[in-house]
Amino acid sequence: MNASAPILIRATGLTKKYEDFVAVNGIDFSVAKGDSFGFLGPNGAGKSTTMRIIAATLNRSSGSIEILGKDPELHGPEIRAHLGVVPQQDNLDQALTVTENLYVYGRYFGLPKKFIRAKIEELLEFAALEEKRDVKVEALSGGMKRRLTIARALISEPEILMLDEPTTGLDPQARHILWDRLFRLKEQGVTLLITTHYMDEAEQLCDRLIVMDKGSIMAEDSPAGLIKTYSTKEVLEVRFGSDKNALVAGQLEALCERIEVLPDRILMYGEDGENLLHTMKESGLHPLTSLVRRSSLEDVFLRLTGRSLIE
Amino acid sequence: MDNKELARQGSLKIVNTAKIMKYGALFVASARLRTLSKWMISVIAASFANPLFYLLSIGVGIGSFVNAHSTNHTIDGVPYLTFLAPALLATVAIQDGLSEVTLPTLQGFLWEKNFFAMNATPITGRQIAAGTFLAAVTRTFFSVLVYFIVILAFGALDSGRSWIAIFTAMFAGSAFAALMMGITAWAKNSDLLLTFVGRFIVMPLFLFSGTFYPLSSMPIFLQWIGWISPLWHSIELGRYFTYGHHLSGSAFAIHFGYLLAMLVFGLLFSFNEFEKRLSK
Repeated sequence: MNASAPILIRATGLTKKYEDFVAVNGIDFSVAKGDSFGFLGPNGAGKSTTMRIIAATLNRSSGSIEILGKDPELHGPEIRAHLGVVPQQDNLDQALTVTENLYVYGRYFGLPKKFIRAKIEELLEFAALEEKRDVKVEALSGGMKRRLTIARALISEPEILMLDEPTTGLDPQARHILWDRLFRLKEQGVTLLITTHYMDEAEQLCDRLIVMDKGSIMAEDSPAGLIKTYSTKEVLEVRFGSDKNALVAGQLEALCERIEVLPDRILMYGEDGENLLHTMKESGLHPLTSLVRRSSLEDVFLRLTGRSLIE
Repeated sequence: MDNKELARQGSLKIVNTAKIMKYGALFVASARLRTLSKWMISVIAASFANPLFYLLSIGVGIGSFVNAHSTNHTIDGVPYLTFLAPALLATVAIQDGLSEVTLPTLQGFLWEKNFFAMNATPITGRQIAAGTFLAAVTRTFFSVLVYFIVILAFGALDSGRSWIAIFTAMFAGSAFAALMMGITAWAKNSDLLLTFVGRFIVMPLFLFSGTFYPLSSMPIFLQWIGWISPLWHSIELGRYFTYGHHLSGSAFAIHFGYLLAMLVFGLLFSFNEFEKRLSK
């Protein structure tokens, strides 16, 4: 976070309760202008609920939140005027063309027709949809729809762009195109708010993130900071076969800083994975497969919650 | 950055929230009419075909049978077609008004969820309801107008103030649409509800509202359907204007008041239900 940048969002003790469960449980966070801020967590962690409260379309149960200095419960439209929202599921107007979708949305922000027309050209290029400009939305691919939804959210040049699971359901190539577009926005100084359950996405796009589980914040830092605090530099993944994994776990534990026994494999945490593998083999343990990799946010999440992020 | 990109001014400069607060419903209505215009040809065809079929089969067909068997060859003092015309006008207003609010409401909340997209902008739930309603009324007005012209061509209207029946029909269409829009937003299983409404509400209203014969000629235990039906109230007003059907001052006031109450209640109910469903 840039210390001198103004705070755009500040939440204190933010809570959302439904009849039988607590979706968001008294969380505190703040987002400064120009931040690229992520909510990482599994499905049902409370990310989307938090996003909807910020988007001024869902009222909180208790706690306080200010967006651009205003309370969303009292000033919904004034706040939404400065947000660009990309929901989890595309909700484009299927019967309208690409251009018409952008145009109609621009009108909802009360923007002058002339401004919208010029802006559409810019956004079509940004979303690489120039050749599809007069095509109806129902004929677009998933990746194109996603890019159009993001382009649509940018029509009003929002102060804050909110993306809920921006690349869920997209193929790898489409994801990378999208990341590139989001990175360009970040470079332009747009404040980004992203929820994701993909660690690589959080590492690529977020300067700072909070890890959420069951409505609470487990940790908050930069991706690198979280890995440094909650994991080691490298991870050695070994498989001994599903029956033997548990049996050797005790021996392996003595060799490294920490281990995690998963149903199909064992994760060994240490500073030097290759070295760890070497020591293990010298002590007479020969895994069926082994893999050395760098620690990721997946490991952070496992450490914090004892569970995998994607189950 | 390439030269096509404009200098970013930011929403704080370019978005005028006060303007949206004022005209938001109109933006919503115009977007809906833009979508409707995609089916312009079928919309126009349906607007002409429906009245033509009804007028020919019932107005002319049944009409000649009724006229032949009634005293002085008239019903309520006029030829059958003249008696039927204002009822058909009100019926089309009710039917079109109903489908023009329920379909976009289902689409907006359930199928495409585009109401949620609108609500992510400064547009409020109330404005979405108002805009959807306005677009429905506009589209319905077009149907009623076409219907009126076809009826006129059949020579079924003989009073200089017959055109007022366009508005008595629209009055009922709007009132019923407002109420049904709220109910569609309120119901959890809105699609199911729609089938139910079509079969068990709209159809009986059409058949038991004094549409094809005076309500008073029905047994009393069936007449109550007419009394609660916006269609009957509108037909009574329509007949008063098209051929001078007798209405006492208090009857006129009751018909008018009933429709007005339904319209006002329907709109307030819709505004409330739209706001509620969007923030669930």
